[in-house]
Amino acid sequence: MATSTPSTSYAVERGTLRNGLRVVVSPDRSAPVVAVAVYYDVGIRSEPEGRTGFAHLFEHLMFQGSASLQKMDHVKYVQSSGGTLNGSTRLDYTNYYEALPSNALERALFLEADRMRSPAVTEETLSNQIAVVKEEILVNVLNQPYGGFPWLTLPPLLFETFPNAHNGYGGFEDLESATVDDARDFFDRYYAPGNAVLALGGDLDPEQAIALVEKHFGDVPRRTVPTRPDFDEPPPTSERRAEQVDQHAPAPAVALGWRVPDPDDLDAYLPHVVLTAVLSTGEASRLRRRLVHDDRLATDVGSHVAFMEDAFDVRNPTALLVEAHHEPDVPADRVVAAVDEELDRVATGGVPADELERVRARLTSSLLQGHDHVLSRTLAMASFEQQRRRAELVGELPALLGAVTGEQVAAAAASLRPDARARLDVVAGAR
Amino acid sequence: MSPRKVAAPREVPGLSRPRKPRLPTVAERKMPNGLRVVAVRRPSVPLVHARLRIPTAVRRDDDLGRASLLERTMLLGTAERSQSELAEALQRIGGSLRVSGDADRLILAGESLRGGQSELLSLLAEVVSGASYPKGPVEGEAARLADLLRRHLSQPGVIADEAWLRQMYDGHPYGRENPAAEEVLAVPPSSLRAAHRRRVVPDGSLLVLVGDLTPARALDQVSAALGSWEGSGGPTRVPKVGPVTLGPLVLVDRPGAVQSNLRLGGSAPARTDPAYAAVEVANALFGGYFSSRLTMNIREDKGYTYSPRSSLRHSTAASSLLTAADVATDVTAPALVEIAYELGRLVSLPPTAEEVAATAQYLVGSLALSTATQAGLAATLTVLLADGLDVTWLREHPERLTSVTPADVHEAAQRLLAPASMVATVVGDAARIEGPLAALYDVQRA
Repeated sequence: MATSTPSTSYAVERGTLRNGLRVVVSPDRSAPVVAVAVYYDVGIRSEPEGRTGFAHLFEHLMFQGSASLQKMDHVKYVQSSGGTLNGSTRLDYTNYYEALPSNALERALFLEADRMRSPAVTEETLSNQIAVVKEEILVNVLNQPYGGFPWLTLPPLLFETFPNAHNGYGGFEDLESATVDDARDFFDRYYAPGNAVLALGGDLDPEQAIALVEKHFGDVPRRTVPTRPDFDEPPPTSERRAEQVDQHAPAPAVALGWRVPDPDDLDAYLPHVVLTAVLSTGEASRLRRRLVHDDRLATDVGSHVAFMEDAFDVRNPTALLVEAHHEPDVPADRVVAAVDEELDRVATGGVPADELERVRARLTSSLLQGHDHVLSRTLAMASFEQQRRRAELVGELPALLGAVTGEQVAAAAASLRPDARARLDVVAGAR
Repeated sequence: MSPRKVAAPREVPGLSRPRKPRLPTVAERKMPNGLRVVAVRRPSVPLVHARLRIPTAVRRDDDLGRASLLERTMLLGTAERSQSELAEALQRIGGSLRVSGDADRLILAGESLRGGQSELLSLLAEVVSGASYPKGPVEGEAARLADLLRRHLSQPGVIADEAWLRQMYDGHPYGRENPAAEEVLAVPPSSLRAAHRRRVVPDGSLLVLVGDLTPARALDQVSAALGSWEGSGGPTRVPKVGPVTLGPLVLVDRPGAVQSNLRLGGSAPARTDPAYAAVEVANALFGGYFSSRLTMNIREDKGYTYSPRSSLRHSTAASSLLTAADVATDVTAPALVEIAYELGRLVSLPPTAEEVAATAQYLVGSLALSTATQAGLAATLTVLLADGLDVTWLREHPERLTSVTPADVHEAAQRLLAPASMVATVVGDAARIEGPLAALYDVQRA
């Protein structure tokens, strides 16, 4: 049967306040909910040496009170309005967001503006959140089999410079030595309104919403916007390998990583995203068929672009990753050789039209599903606006991915050569 | 942050007039083979979601291995197609299909691009009527599932959940969620087709479709695709659940662990209980959301943990409340003291009207958010309809939540949160935590 590839488009209105804050608004009146997202253009790559984990720690501190709000007030105002909220710290940005019933829109704008204007950090809240962040690292990394594999453990192999290679969760020594002054400096430097994008989506009237934004954010003082450094570094010229013994892991695993083109250049970058779908999305994909079902070399295999699986939320430099879990009696070299053979098959044989058509349909459907949620859609718009000045990409992405040709995917596969990659083997250390 | 910069406090804006969510229009059909079908038009994105719920129970604890393998192997092929051909056919319509289950049911869930739903339903019909369980692929998948289980069961949080379930429901199918790897490997592949015929039957099953569809047409497509799905027998239920046996705190040793995983909980009222709204508020207010007393205390005040939480869990024959917190090893006993304090406080004293109103509003908003997507609406509708409720619950439950009083919550808390009626499990480094725990509880090693 033939299915025409459907798509959606979302209206976007944008503006810039006098203090430099960029605003995008996208109405959708289908359900009485709204989403509010603030993206600051600072992430893990910008934290100073000796302060690993600071961008993430600072994210926690932004929930600890501000000029008009006591500790926990922010959370309580959002939740008692019927909303949910969170924040996250990525390589290139830190975001804060809420999804709420639409009658709480103004309240959410007030809360975000209050902490953009003047967050409150005390010795007490700092030491409390250092303890909380340490528990977060214990539960997600140190007390966990395969904790941080490969998103924290592969970058130090693939990259050589501190911004790209260091552990973004942070070392305990660095976290414990963080001070209130550090927090003030970090805020002053990176949290200027001109370094942020505010995105609103859902059940709202754009004109009224923009007036409310002006009302609450308009008098946040303008500050100098930092110039974002170019974090690029040369790719590997020979294979970089390491082994990591994981005391909690019951079975071995292996991860491979290759540099990919600058995400800014979508024409060069998107074929790599499509390649990961050809390789490992669904049971009909190349690597799952070969490694998991036919040869039974791996119990699980996956691939994706970007370390935090956020291919459309990341700047240069980034990577394409393949990771596989395998039985102890299967040598990792056999797993890796099979991956190389499959890459070679794509590189030399290309991707038949029928296969490419299927892969595109599934990619489109996954994107549409993600964008059905007003919060996910608004987050994507904020990120596209911040990194590419084009929130409309949310609706345009399916067509752009659909335009990638089999030849482009083959060329992407051909670039993933053994002598240009990093390879990390996890040795199972559990008894 | 710094004194030179603190802006003057301003007043937090109030809420404007709320707009009520529109109640979805539900088209429904009961098919001659006993399958109930519900279709809802929600064209927010050009997709269609399908969710098939089959009420087939794992009736004996030792059936869990076979039930798990059945779920994992149902998509390995049909009479007409191999696994790859099935996967390709799904991919072609932008679709996927997933099988999951627990002791009460099997769920087949999938989606497709608009226009692909007729094909999606045909593929679903092929699977439920003719999953083939080919011997070689089943053996491969069993080995793979065994490996996944070994990895899953090595996670401390999973070890703790399983140990707590064993204490709550020992010997009953609810007593664990994951079989051991060896149990899965012991299942003869040839037994799966019979297990499928016995368990995957239309009578009593429910299919919910939500998305960019025309309901009347969708119902006809289901009749055409699934009308010939046959099966003898109807829904099955797990055995009755006996009263919880209270006992000492069970300690599972994990030498060298840098954290302890605490699990504390007991029985809870069902979703159909007349006081359920108050029960939900009591759970949330105690530990069910970020503004809860538990999070305030052991995270935001003490810094003992990252993500403490309590949750209500509903199965057909029992409901429960479970409080979970993963804490640094040296504050294991102090964290348990605080959890018991917060439980006891809500059991002994009514909460303030302000806390109750804030919590109720949070629950109303969460329900609106969770039903604002196609997939979320499909999941919520499936649960409601399977519980014998209907779509009007989405309008009535928010009203019940906002009329809950502090006295209602206090009463519900006594049924739900009494520390004296809970079982407790801790996973951690026994050499360091057993002494401090023994000063608080009667402790027994697992």
